[in-house]
Amino acid sequence: MSSLSFIDVSVSYGRSVAVTSFNDIVHPGEWLCLIGPNGAGKSSLLRSAAGLVAYSGSVLVDGSPLNLRSARRRAALVAHVPQSPAMPDDMTAFEYVLLGRNPYVGYFGQETKQDRMMVQRVIERLDLQPFAMRRLGTLSGGERQRLVIARALAQEAPIMLLDEPTTALDIGHQQQALELVDSLRREHGFTVVSAMHDLTLAGLYSDRLALLHQGHCVASGPAQEVLKAETLSEFYGVSVSVHHEEDGTVVVVPRRTVPLA
Amino acid sequence: MIPNKELQLPRSWWMPVACIVVGCAFLFGAMIGPAGPVWWRVPGELLDHLPWINVHSGASKLESTVLWQIRMPRVVLAGIVGAMLSLAGASFQGVFRNPLVDPYLLGVAGGAGLGATVVIVTGRAASSSWPIDPLPLAAFVGGLLAVLVTYTVGTAFGSSKTSSATLVLAGVAVTSLVTAVQTFMLQRNTDVVRQVYSWILGRLSTATWSDVRLVLPYVIISSGVLLWHRRLLDVLRVGDDEAQSLGARVTRIRLTIVIAGTLGTAAVVSVSGLIGFVGIVVPHLVRLLAGSSYRRILPLTVLFGAAFLIIADIPGRILSDPAETPIGVVTAFLGAPFFIVVLRSRQGTSR
Repeated sequence: MSSLSFIDVSVSYGRSVAVTSFNDIVHPGEWLCLIGPNGAGKSSLLRSAAGLVAYSGSVLVDGSPLNLRSARRRAALVAHVPQSPAMPDDMTAFEYVLLGRNPYVGYFGQETKQDRMMVQRVIERLDLQPFAMRRLGTLSGGERQRLVIARALAQEAPIMLLDEPTTALDIGHQQQALELVDSLRREHGFTVVSAMHDLTLAGLYSDRLALLHQGHCVASGPAQEVLKAETLSEFYGVSVSVHHEEDGTVVVVPRRTVPLA
Repeated sequence: MIPNKELQLPRSWWMPVACIVVGCAFLFGAMIGPAGPVWWRVPGELLDHLPWINVHSGASKLESTVLWQIRMPRVVLAGIVGAMLSLAGASFQGVFRNPLVDPYLLGVAGGAGLGATVVIVTGRAASSSWPIDPLPLAAFVGGLLAVLVTYTVGTAFGSSKTSSATLVLAGVAVTSLVTAVQTFMLQRNTDVVRQVYSWILGRLSTATWSDVRLVLPYVIISSGVLLWHRRLLDVLRVGDDEAQSLGARVTRIRLTIVIAGTLGTAAVVSVSGLIGFVGIVVPHLVRLLAGSSYRRILPLTVLFGAAFLIIADIPGRILSDPAETPIGVVTAFLGAPFFIVVLRSRQGTSR
């Protein structure tokens, strides 16, 4: 179990600023969901924690700065699942999950038998045995998404960053993928930070939401507090009605702005 | 859907198969050629040269010398050059994630060509006052310098995200610049065109044991480094960003592979001239046979590369004897049609 803290984190690409002094502490085992319109800085924030973009301020894991660690050590702490992962068509599923062991293999080393057995266990845990020797090009979207999660799991990092983990999936596979992440989180005590577009799903699975707008964090807290019709209309420019179910689920339903003729 | 081509033979079988192919190519290469002993005396003659083995092959002293001092260095050098070019080609294709890349991509060929041209044009090649032959030296240095320029230019302007594409483009620019200078020098000195071209098209005909000794250290170091990177090349297949998030230091890996590949390529090019297509054809052939993982590809390209060039060298020796067909022409002749076939089959299998 590890905590992830963002202290005054800013990310800019040349002159365009993507994130402006973001502050947050994600507690061990917590699931924080970043929401906000396209270009709000969600991905940039995740990429900063994964060491993929330069940033100012600091990102701390359990209180120690991430950028002082070696690339391999950082990868053993933080697993990043990109929005559209590159999946070479002719790589086998097993080879793909095995890539997750890279942080534990020396520069000139090879994976040990333990590494391979670990990957085998991950594949079994996610019910991927039937595809293990198949090529990635032959797999469906849902199977691919599970493989990417399997790779992150093989990385054995206590912190998991998921960038739009459900974009390419139908509603059933969206639910499957998120429940998988949630059950793995409870099993292993992962700390999860995800960026998501579906607000209802975001509220349903995460402990806390942070709403980003033009690089600024404009609201943060549980779904009941953040997902309000007026807030969403202000920052997304969307017309929605927000319903509260009896079990506490917040449902965000889009409304037609042009009435039916 | 992609047909599962790689399972025609169990994977673990490809290594012994490749070893047998190299062995056959080697023997075949040693048996064929003008002069020298009759082909069936060659195996005995070769065995005789091994320590503690005495075989009377029945070959005359002269035949034995022809085999051992003319044919053998040529076969061995062809094997080394083929292995090095194929391995460097496969590694570069991996590190630049581009199937059309070959070991000459970053300007080794252009630079080496210019170096050789300068030496030949200025007449230094003929002078015996130098302690070592200036031609391979100039080619070696020219090749290294050209790649140095490419890398400096390519990394100075490219952001980290696009640096692999920028590097490839910088290689294209440097190559065309250097080739233009070389062409200009040739046009001013048409009397040496023939000599320069015989170098450019590749020559194994003048191979000696000292050539082998000259390149061997570079080839061993370079191929050692490249082979050790086979696992990391697999990690790089998911792209720079993801490889980095998996803890791979992409820039350092790319630099190391470029240095090692360039060193080995420049060394073999300096003694063999510019033998084209080997670095593309062999890795693609291996990929079709044994799948796409660099862990399997790299060791197999070494063996199949050696076999390919030893075999490609044979027609040149017998076809237009005594004036030989340059090996670069043979490899391009075999390589170009093959390459088209590979491209076609790739098109058929991509979704």
